Amino acid sequence: MSEFAFTEHALSTWMRGEGQDSDIVISSRVRIARNLRSLPFPLVASEEQAGQVRQLVVEAAEQAKDDLGPMQSVPLDELSEIDRQVLVEKRLVSPMLANESQEAAVVLSEDESLSIMVNEEDHIRIQCLYPGFQVRQAWERATEVDDSLEAYIDYAFDDRRGYLTSCPTNVGTGLRASVMIHMPALVMTHQIGRILSAVSQVGLTVRGIYGEGSEAQGNLFQISNQITLGQNEQEIVDNLEGIVVQIIEYERQARNRLVGESKIRLYDRVMRSYGILTHAAIIDGKEAAQRLSDVRLGVDLGWIDGLPVTLLNELTILTQPHFLQKTFGATMNTSEKDMYRAQLIRDKLVKSKE
Amino acid sequence: MLCQECQQRPATLHFTKIINGEKNEFHICEQCAREKGEMIPGTSGGFSIHNLLSGFLDFDMAGKTHTGGASQAQQLHCEKCGMTYAQFRKIGRFGCSSCYKYFDDKIDPLLKRVHGGTVHVGKVPKRGGADLQVQREIDALKQELQERIEKQEFETAAQLRDRIRDLELQRSQR
Repeated sequence: MSEFAFTEHALSTWMRGEGQDSDIVISSRVRIARNLRSLPFPLVASEEQAGQVRQLVVEAAEQAKDDLGPMQSVPLDELSEIDRQVLVEKRLVSPMLANESQEAAVVLSEDESLSIMVNEEDHIRIQCLYPGFQVRQAWERATEVDDSLEAYIDYAFDDRRGYLTSCPTNVGTGLRASVMIHMPALVMTHQIGRILSAVSQVGLTVRGIYGEGSEAQGNLFQISNQITLGQNEQEIVDNLEGIVVQIIEYERQARNRLVGESKIRLYDRVMRSYGILTHAAIIDGKEAAQRLSDVRLGVDLGWIDGLPVTLLNELTILTQPHFLQKTFGATMNTSEKDMYRAQLIRDKLVKSKE
Repeated sequence: MLCQECQQRPATLHFTKIINGEKNEFHICEQCAREKGEMIPGTSGGFSIHNLLSGFLDFDMAGKTHTGGASQAQQLHCEKCGMTYAQFRKIGRFGCSSCYKYFDDKIDPLLKRVHGGTVHVGKVPKRGGADLQVQREIDALKQELQERIEKQEFETAAQLRDRIRDLELQRSQR
């Protein structure tokens, strides 16, 4: 098996800044939950049973390789703690898979847009992660992968309840579709609370960048469907898309209003943040995320030239605590991390200007 | 608008709760919401979705008969993985795919609350779900047949009837 390269670099397909509305929608993700019919769910499975699941799924992925394209499977227990956390920071695996699962594995595509998690809350979690607003495309890929695996695996499926999952919140389609949206103007104009509570009333839910229980950082929010039973996949995707289109429009309107009403103040804010990122010697993760958000807005508004959005996405991940350790080696305390973080951002931003 | 709880801070969360058809409107501030333990999107209130779910289940139990219903529920368990209904209520997650069968009539109210529906209408596995796929096709054809008959389009109706017969035959031979 080839080297494990996934944790060496930060850049991943989802960060490319491509796809529709990529100035506001950073990425689109679809994950589907599946289980094997014959074995208990990971929650109650013995180590031996979990081992069987891992073997069966990895073998199925191997058999389906003509459909799936180049993939690499990795048992998580063979990775170092840092590498596991880096995979989480890159959003290729969930925190639960990295931290709480026994006999866990992940099967990753070379471009990192597809990952199949094994022994998470469910036996199988198929994840497709695309740049920009491409929920439909991500779903289409995920369902193909699902079909390819199903050719070799007997799924737990019930005529009435659909795909059976460990948590009743996923049963039915097992589908969770989500988009990561950058909404600085809605936050600045204090409209975000209203939007988020409206969103939660139409069967959608809002989370931070790293999923359930994580805090929103740098004005990045993940919006996803809550309902998985009683609606088909198409309806779920359509519903999410319909709402997100409206949110994009609100964000654009809020940006226009800000530029119209207080352009100089907004410009000052963006440029101050740009100045801080290019000159600061110490910066914590929260401030970095906020400043990067300001700079991204500046790029979107055409105020900062020659700074690719891809780089900003990459920096969001590069400046996460474990990635810093991975990059600079050795263990470091929080204040050392803040130093390295500032240095890394400085270097990257200055280099992009040369 | 001021928060209806503390009457001090502005109300930033506005939502409507419908429980058993009874509608209640809430206008509260974030701090009171957090104190009351209401779900706030984008923040973690310190309790998980699974706690919430088991809350729903407790609620269902409370609504049921008081005569021995609870103790009977304690005994209920999945014969395949051994998970008891009491355990399921506590952790909010199933132990295996058979749990759905053993707890079947208990989980309808829960699913209704979480999803609004209780029956899957989405994707069916290509291999494992072939029968259901055929059944869904037959159902759709029967419905169309009914419509054609009502419109007196008997020629199309006859074709549909033949197609349904073929499918039913196919299914019985499998």
